[in-house]
Amino acid sequence: MIHARGLARSFTTRKGRERTEVKAVAGVDLDVEAGEIVGFLGPNGAGKTTTLRMLTTLLKPTAGTATVAGFDVATQSEQVRRSIGYVSQSGSTLPEALAGEEVVDHGRLYGISKAQATARGQELFQQLDLDGLWTRNPRAMSGGQRRRLDIAMGLVHDPKLIFLDEPTTGLDPQARANLWQHIGALRTDRGATIFLTTHYLDEADALCDRVLVIDHGVIVASDSPEALKQQVSGDLVELVLTDAAALPRAAAALGALAPGSEPEVDGLVVSLRVPQAGRELAGLLRSLDRDGIALEAIEMRRPTLDDVFLNLTGRSLREEAA
Amino acid sequence: MAASIASFARETWIVFWRQLRIALRNPAWVIIGLIQPVLYLSLFGPLLEPMAGILGTDNAYAIFVPGLLVQLGLFGALFAGFGLVAEWRAGVIEAERVTPASRTALLLGRVLRDVVQLLVQGVVLIALGFAFGLRASFGGMLYGLALTLLLGAAAACASNALALVTKSEDVMAPLINSIALPLLLLSGILIPMSVGPQWLETISDFVPTKHVVDAIRAAFAGNFGEPILWGTVWAVVIFVVFVIVGTRTFRKENA
Ligand SMILES: Nc1ncnc2c1ncn2[C@@H]1O[C@H](COP(=O)(O)OP(=O)(O)OP(=O)(O)O)[C@@H](O)[C@H]1O
Ligand SMILES: [Mg+2]
Repeated sequence: MIHARGLARSFTTRKGRERTEVKAVAGVDLDVEAGEIVGFLGPNGAGKTTTLRMLTTLLKPTAGTATVAGFDVATQSEQVRRSIGYVSQSGSTLPEALAGEEVVDHGRLYGISKAQATARGQELFQQLDLDGLWTRNPRAMSGGQRRRLDIAMGLVHDPKLIFLDEPTTGLDPQARANLWQHIGALRTDRGATIFLTTHYLDEADALCDRVLVIDHGVIVASDSPEALKQQVSGDLVELVLTDAAALPRAAAALGALAPGSEPEVDGLVVSLRVPQAGRELAGLLRSLDRDGIALEAIEMRRPTLDDVFLNLTGRSLREEAA
Repeated sequence: MAASIASFARETWIVFWRQLRIALRNPAWVIIGLIQPVLYLSLFGPLLEPMAGILGTDNAYAIFVPGLLVQLGLFGALFAGFGLVAEWRAGVIEAERVTPASRTALLLGRVLRDVVQLLVQGVVLIALGFAFGLRASFGGMLYGLALTLLLGAAAACASNALALVTKSEDVMAPLINSIALPLLLLSGILIPMSVGPQWLETISDFVPTKHVVDAIRAAFAGNFGEPILWGTVWAVVIFVVFVIVGTRTFRKENA
């Protein structure tokens, strides 16, 4: 459905006389097959929106090629546009217009009839919890409602390939969960392929078959959320001690579970990544007990996509998003 | 070919209706639009009436009304782009650019709204002028109105193009003012350039809109000769040029 090779885009920004070149996207290869839900994960400024705008013909690549739905984005842009739906990161409706009319007009520009656009638009309003807002000004809607209106705009013509740029930003947890469900249903009921960007690890985890991690304009990983998490070898086991004197012995006991790696010590906390920690935990507790090491607490955490990101880039996504 | 013309017309119509609906819901747009021609005529008219003698005519309004028509067209349409900046900021332009609709349709649908506004204003102006004492050939007035609409459409295209390039009202306003003012003066909008000194008239010969104003005056006088031909050619040329320029800005990658 989407195939890109060496896709790149740089911007020149001018500051007085000085010109600097920003490499927003620096050579991206990606493949998305029909029926997949693929997440594009990366911190602010990583190049997600720029990549999406190239794939949706809004921006010309400075290098590389891409085909979307079988058409070249550079030479067959009209056919590409005909085949996709796009929800941009920022808004798409005029504050003074009426929400329903914006959706219908948008659908009609794709060639569908007014009746069809109205019917599908109203159905989407219902599914996205916008009932009763058909004749409301977007100006008079809440941020989350406007966000869902943007999504209805992008879906009104029933595209088979959908690009969503941070679709759930600004939505409350319930609206997010509802949207995830809706996106899942677009695939199962309508056979849609979905490519979405997100900062949220739980979102990628809950929704996507595959995650592409992008950082500084380069894709640093591409796999299923599960497989990515397995790359972060093992679960994190944290021991919180009551007595600093026991630190060396506790570290040794923990280290025995993962030969070849050193436990980290931070204050009274000793931690280590242990493959399949669940199986080892009982034995660990017994040996600590034998050595007379008292514990304040023991914690085990399954790897998250945040750990994956940290592992790949040396930075945490959460720090960036904060 | 026929199919693509049909879809072009359809897309233009969709964009036009959307624009018109939004504009009509704004009472300020409607009221100011209608008051403008009334103000122009009732404030300028009495001032200019005594000048009929200097101009060597017995019907001053046949000279002023064409000028006011062009002023209405140019000034109104040149500021049409302001709405586009707001639309761009709201993300509407990007949302429309991602649809398969023709870029020219995205532009012309908007311009059509300004042309309709201008048409209504022009009819009000001419009707009011008639009440003030305007006498002119009916066919000539229709032709003059048509030329005004063409010029207004060109100005609206230019303004929309400027809006998409600058993306800022603060940059646009002084730019448009500094273009519109000399244009209005050198086009002989209020007084025909032939009244002024030779050097000024020579300069004004290079101003395309002057020829359009002359053509509209000639049409009002029922004088279908050379001036009308040149004015018409200029109006068409300006229109075509700015449609092309405007379409390009809609096509441009970072608009
Ligand atoms: N029009 C532009 N001109 C100059 N630089 C730009 C332009 N658009 C984007 N950039 C730069 O390109 C880089 C990538 O931007 P992009 O919008 O693709 O990031 P992103 O991954 O979508 O980030 P976010 O999570 O904040 O949406 C940034 O450093 C940004 O400043
Ligand atoms: Mg972005």
